[in-house]
Amino acid sequence: MDLSRRAVITATGVNKRYLTHSGKATQLKERFVQSAKGESGKSKEFYALRDVDVVVGEGETVGLIGPNGAGKSTLLKILAGILRPTSGTVVVEGRIASLLELGAGFNGELTGRENVYLNAALLGLSRKEVARLFDSIVTFSEQGPRIDDPVKHYSSGEYVKLAFAIAVHVDPDILLIDEVLAVGDEAFARKCLAKIAEFQQAGKTILFVTHSLDLVEQLCTRGIVVDHGVVQYDGDPAFAVGTLRKILGTDRPADAFPEDEPLGGMVVLSAVASSSRGGPPTDRVEPGSSLHVRVEVEVQPGRGMVEGSVQVVVMGAGDIPVLVLRTPDGAAVPAVPGRYCVDLLLPETPPLVGAFILGVTVSDPLSERPITARRFDQTFWVLDGPRGALLHLPTTAQVVSTETAP
Amino acid sequence: MASEAVSAPDRAALGRARAAAQGRIRWELLTQLVRTDLKVKYQGSVLGFAWSLANPLLLMGIYYVIFSKLFKNGIEGYPIYLMAGLLPFTAFSQAVSGASGSVTAAAGLVKKVSFPRLVLPLSSVGFSLVQFLLQLGLLLTVVAVFAHHRLSLAVLLVFPALALLVVFSTALGILVSALNVRYRDTSHFVEIAMLVWFWANPILYPAGYAKRELDKHHAFWAYFLNPMATVVTTFQRAIYNQTYYTDANGKRGQTLADPGYAFYFRNLLLGFAIAGVLLLLARRVFNRLQADFAEDL
Repeated sequence: MDLSRRAVITATGVNKRYLTHSGKATQLKERFVQSAKGESGKSKEFYALRDVDVVVGEGETVGLIGPNGAGKSTLLKILAGILRPTSGTVVVEGRIASLLELGAGFNGELTGRENVYLNAALLGLSRKEVARLFDSIVTFSEQGPRIDDPVKHYSSGEYVKLAFAIAVHVDPDILLIDEVLAVGDEAFARKCLAKIAEFQQAGKTILFVTHSLDLVEQLCTRGIVVDHGVVQYDGDPAFAVGTLRKILGTDRPADAFPEDEPLGGMVVLSAVASSSRGGPPTDRVEPGSSLHVRVEVEVQPGRGMVEGSVQVVVMGAGDIPVLVLRTPDGAAVPAVPGRYCVDLLLPETPPLVGAFILGVTVSDPLSERPITARRFDQTFWVLDGPRGALLHLPTTAQVVSTETAP
Repeated sequence: MASEAVSAPDRAALGRARAAAQGRIRWELLTQLVRTDLKVKYQGSVLGFAWSLANPLLLMGIYYVIFSKLFKNGIEGYPIYLMAGLLPFTAFSQAVSGASGSVTAAAGLVKKVSFPRLVLPLSSVGFSLVQFLLQLGLLLTVVAVFAHHRLSLAVLLVFPALALLVVFSTALGILVSALNVRYRDTSHFVEIAMLVWFWANPILYPAGYAKRELDKHHAFWAYFLNPMATVVTTFQRAIYNQTYYTDANGKRGQTLADPGYAFYFRNLLLGFAIAGVLLLLARRVFNRLQADFAEDL
């Protein structure tokens, strides 16, 4: 977290333990029977979260990602004050609006209008304030004609639209969203994203749980990966997404890069992107500057050995191959046991903005049969100017008056 | 940025204030919830509030026919005596039963929105009280029109009796609402308890009868360890306001618990003490259990 920001959520040493219900009395009469028998109600423990420390600063947009059952939603609920941590503390400074799962707890019997009032009251607004915001909420939710229907007759999409409209209109300091944006149609999803961008500009804090990793890369200023109740990574969203993909095993297309299968006795030990030849790994490359990639290959003794030509694929988000660097003809790794360094150079990095990783393939230069392949998840960024487009090319423009003002 | 540096502490304070405001029980939120309950209950019924009168009126009719016509208990103006006790007890019973299911019924809300959970039982109690106030107003109007000789200064006792009813129902309502989340059969216990509890109050029978029987053991005071007995007898003193009756055999009996005032003030003090202690206990239990509501639901 950026230290200059004011912390709006501070969670320290948060643990959440669940007891499986097998031994826990859920009825008074069971409780009496247990006491009479002297049973203490033994039950199994299960930690949904372990020693989680999260400090969220004002104005941050944090994506909470992780596999199913990792503890993301539990963490969000603890931050929202809905669940109590078994141990640890959570301090929140600001008004929270939360959109957890489907809907924000509407009463199905009530009309949309009444639910708006009820929900806003629960979120801390006075009747007067709601009355002032009401039209704007209805317009945003697109439920104008249906606002006086009981919400039990709404579709799940309409439900979420209304819930989202309320949550963003109550002027929260902190917005917590749990995997709800996926429900609305595309037009609404776009509207939501626009609203979120507006929130970001207003310096509000947003935390959301999602499985849409592209959204995390697009929107977030920070990504937190939770797995098995533990924070596995906390930092740059692109790195977070990479970490999660590694956990999920979706970091490589099914066959493209099988992990380390030395076919012809060659193993790729490392591949490092750097700004100087053989230099330390870099996480940031300026467009236009040179990109050095050093690949280390070990050649193991064996039968039927062939030379290996090295090919490095620079892959962007979603494992899209963007650039290929390869050893020229005649510059292959010899078929002699030992360790070799292959230095590849891209003299001028193109102005293509994004996060990239490297995939290395070694193949027989004659038959082009692959010998070994390996992927490296160390991410590096190419950043230049404002985000918003992938390719930043020099442009010229002229402003010409076509009509003179009288 | 200088301006930001200056305003940062203010923003922090504002943030804390807004976080605190979200956790406070606001009157506006309570009234909103009560209004919602009323709306849901009477939605789509033309008669609306009249429904809330149907139940006590029906009960009154039955009891009147049984005790006044069949058994001829000889209590003058028995319907008024009945209603003076029946209405507050029904309100109490409804408030507590309603509160017992209030948190579990709002599971969707509790699991998704952070708000002061205490408003749930409070709004249930409030819902019953609003109905009771309307019923009470109607009863007083009927008495004023058809039996105005019963009304005296004693009618002012309605206020402390009402206050005790509110405090006691609130205390018990909070307690059972929290327990019902943890132990789901609590509401069944409450329903059974209310059936028994009904008879521990002089609603159908004259309070003087309880006095006569218990005085033999010098135990009439113990009868008022039940704050509802105080509520009921005080309402009867305030509205029914007739001390003696003569039964079918010409025997004189006492209808009210006591013809004076001091007796009621003493009982009210005792009742408030008991209800107050229960309220503190209920708050403690609720606060301890509420943090786990979202996961127990």
